[in-house]
Amino acid sequence: MYGKKVKLRFLFLVLILFSVILSVFLILQSLKSNIVYFQSPSEIKSLIELDKKKIRVGGMVKKKSISINPDEINFVITDFKNEINVTFSGAVPNLFAEGKGVVVEGFLKDRNYFSATKILAKHDENYMPPEVKEALGVK
Amino acid sequence: MLANQIGYYSLILGLIFSIYLCVIAVKDFNNKIKKLNPNIITLSFLQLTFVIISFLSLIMSFIKSDFSNETVFNNSHTTKPLFYKIAGTWGNHEGSLLLWLLVLTLFIFLFLIKSREQPKKYRISTLLFQQLIIIGFFLFVLMTSNPFNYLFPIPSEGLGLNPILQDPALAIHPPLLYLGYVGSSIIFSASLAAVTQNYISKEWGQHIKKWVLISWVFLTIGIMLGSIWAYYELGWGGFWFWDPVENVSLMPWLTLTALLHCILVLEKRGALTSWVVILSITTFTLSMCGTFLVRSGILNSVHTFANDPARGIFILIFLFILIFLSLGIFFLFNKENNRDTNNFFWLSKESSILVNNWFMMYFLSVVLIGTVYPIFLDVISTEKISVGPPFYHKLITPFLAPFLLFMAFGPKLKWIKSKIENKSLLIIFLVISVTLTFLILKNITTDLLFYTILISAAFFLFFTTSKELFFKKFNNISQAIAHFGFSLFILSILFNGILSSEITTNIKVGERYNYKDGEIFFEKIEEKSQSNFNSIIGYFKVTNDKGKVVELNPEIRFYNQPIIITSEADIRTTLLEDRFLVMNIVKGNEFFNIRYQVKPFMLWIWISVLIISLGGLMSVSKKKI
Repeated sequence: MYGKKVKLRFLFLVLILFSVILSVFLILQSLKSNIVYFQSPSEIKSLIELDKKKIRVGGMVKKKSISINPDEINFVITDFKNEINVTFSGAVPNLFAEGKGVVVEGFLKDRNYFSATKILAKHDENYMPPEVKEALGVK
Repeated sequence: MLANQIGYYSLILGLIFSIYLCVIAVKDFNNKIKKLNPNIITLSFLQLTFVIISFLSLIMSFIKSDFSNETVFNNSHTTKPLFYKIAGTWGNHEGSLLLWLLVLTLFIFLFLIKSREQPKKYRISTLLFQQLIIIGFFLFVLMTSNPFNYLFPIPSEGLGLNPILQDPALAIHPPLLYLGYVGSSIIFSASLAAVTQNYISKEWGQHIKKWVLISWVFLTIGIMLGSIWAYYELGWGGFWFWDPVENVSLMPWLTLTALLHCILVLEKRGALTSWVVILSITTFTLSMCGTFLVRSGILNSVHTFANDPARGIFILIFLFILIFLSLGIFFLFNKENNRDTNNFFWLSKESSILVNNWFMMYFLSVVLIGTVYPIFLDVISTEKISVGPPFYHKLITPFLAPFLLFMAFGPKLKWIKSKIENKSLLIIFLVISVTLTFLILKNITTDLLFYTILISAAFFLFFTTSKELFFKKFNNISQAIAHFGFSLFILSILFNGILSSEITTNIKVGERYNYKDGEIFFEKIEEKSQSNFNSIIGYFKVTNDKGKVVELNPEIRFYNQPIIITSEADIRTTLLEDRFLVMNIVKGNEFFNIRYQVKPFMLWIWISVLIISLGGLMSVSKKKI
C-alpha cells in the first residue's frame, strides 16, 4: 500500500519520538531525585516529618558560636527566630565568619542538629545569598 | 578626562556609522552592479576603528587611574599593579560589553574582506543582519552601561577590582571566550542571509565552515582557560562544578560542535540544510542567553558585576527580537531542497554524523534543563532549589560509552554508502581495551562494571584514533587529532575522578597530621606585605606513602581594596599528578583549615583540550580539496 520510503520515514519518526520521550522521562526522573531544597532554621523547626534527603540551610552564623577541633567545626546558624546546630568537617571558605551569612549543604539529624557536607563559597564580603536574604526578610 | 571624552564620542560615531552603513548597504543591495560598493568595506573599517579608539581610551583611563570615570572608579585602584589595571578594563560589566562590541565589528569587517568570492546580495544581507546586532549592542552600551560616565567631584581613590579577578587568566580568558561567543554572531547573520538569498548550498557550507571552526576553537580554549582559573583560584580543586555560569558557556559549545559536524554533511552532500540553519540560530541565541543570565544578576557568581534590572530587561527584549526575527525569516524563506536529503543509507558517514548530533542535543537538553529549571521554579514559585553535579553525572555518563564508540566508528565510514572494513582489527582493539581497563580497575574501584564499560570505550577510541594518526596516510588528520584528543580528555577525566584523594583537617602551626598514606607537617607561617594586599604564607611539608617530601606554600591574602580575603592554593604539577594544598583561616581562631588533594592526570585534561583545539585549527588552515 505504502512505498518502502514512506515506511522507512515512518519508522524513523517513531524512533525519534520514542528517543525524545525516553530522554525527557530520564531527565525529569533524575531531576526529581537530585534536587536540593533550601530551608531556613524556622522552616526546619516546623517540619512535620524529617526528610532523609540532602538539603541546604541558610542564615547567619551566630556570634561566638564557632568552635574548632582538628576533626570538625561546630557552629550555630540562626535566622534570628530559630537556630540550628551544625557540625562540619571539610574545607571552609574564607568568608565564613561569625555574624556573616552562610549556606550549608548536608543532612538533618533531627530538628536541632545538621550535619553539613559542604559550606558554599561566596564571592565577596557584602554578598548575601538570596535565600538568606529572603529567610531573614531583608530587602 | 580627555580620553574619556574621546572614548564616548567615538562610540557615538561608531553608532552613526552603523546606521549610515545600513543605508548604503540597502541602496547597494538594489542596484544592478555585480561588485560590492567598496565604500561599504571602508565604512566597516572606520566603524571598527572608532570602536578600537573607544576601547583604547578606556584602557588609557584605567592606566592613568582617572577616577572621574565611573567605571574606573568602581573597578580600579591606584595601588593595583599595571597589568591588572589594563586587564581590569574588560574585567567589569561596561568594559566587557565594549570588548563584545569590538569583536562584533572586527568580525564583520573580516567577513567582508574574506568573502570576496561570495554573491554580493548574500554579503550585503549578512552585513545588514550583523549591523542589526551591532546597533543593538551600541544602544545597550550607550543607554544602560556607558563605560564613560562622569563622576564629580572626582574621587581621590577607586574602589578596586575584585581580587578573585586579579589573576593573569583575566587577561586572556574573557577575550578568547568572547571571540568564540561573538564568532557565532557571524554564523547567525550569515545563515540568515543565506536563507533569505536561498543560498544554503554546498558552496555556502564550504565557506561558512571556516567561521564555525574558528569560533569553535576560540570557545573551546576560552572555556578551558576559565576552567583552569577556577581550578587554582577558587580553591576547590575541581575543574568543572556544573555551576550555571559554566553551563551557559557549555551550551553554545555543544550546539557549535553539532554544527561543526553537520556542516560537513552540507558541504559534501548538500543535505541537512534546515538543521544547519536551526543550529546556527540556536548557537548564537544560547550565547546571548548566556550573556543575559550572567549579566542580569540572576545567577550569582564571580561574573556578576552589577545588579541592574534595566540591563537584564534590555538584553531580554533584544534577545526576543532576535529570536522572533530569525525564526520568522527561517519559516518564511526556508525552502527545503529535496534533492538528495531522503536517501540516507543507515551505514554511512552522514548517518553517523546525525547520531553525533542526536547525542549533542541530548547533552544540551540535560544541561539546559539542569540550568534553567531552578531559575524557572524560583520565578513561578517561592521554592529555592539547586541542581548539583550528581544530576549531570547520572544523566551524561551512561550515554558517554556509546557516544565514544560512535566516535571511533563514524569517521571510518564513507559518504553515501559504506561497509565496515578491518573488522578483525577493530575486534582486537576492543578486546585489548576491555582487558586493559579491567586489569587497571580491578583493584581500585567499587563500581567495576560501570567504569569498565566507560573506560573501555574511551580506550577503544584512543587506540583507533592513534592507529589512524601513526599508521595511515593522513586523509583527515585534523579529525583524527581532535577525536584522539577527546579520547585522551575522557580518559584523563575518568582516571582523575577515580584516583583523586583528598584530606581536610584543622591544624595549628607546628603540628603534624598523620593520614593513612603519609603525613602533613605545618612548619611555620610567614607574613608578607604587597602594594595592595598583605598575606600569610604557610610552610607545609607533605610526606607521601613512598616517603617523598613535597614542600607546599599556600597563601592567604588580605586585600585592602576592596577588603576581601582570598586563598591562593599551592599546586605542584607533574606529568602524572597534581598536588594541591589550600589553607583557609577562620577569624579569631588559631586553627587553620587545610585541604590537601592529590589529583592524577590533571595536566592531561588541559593538554587534551589543547589537542582537540589543534585539530580544529588544522582544519581551518587546510586547503580546499
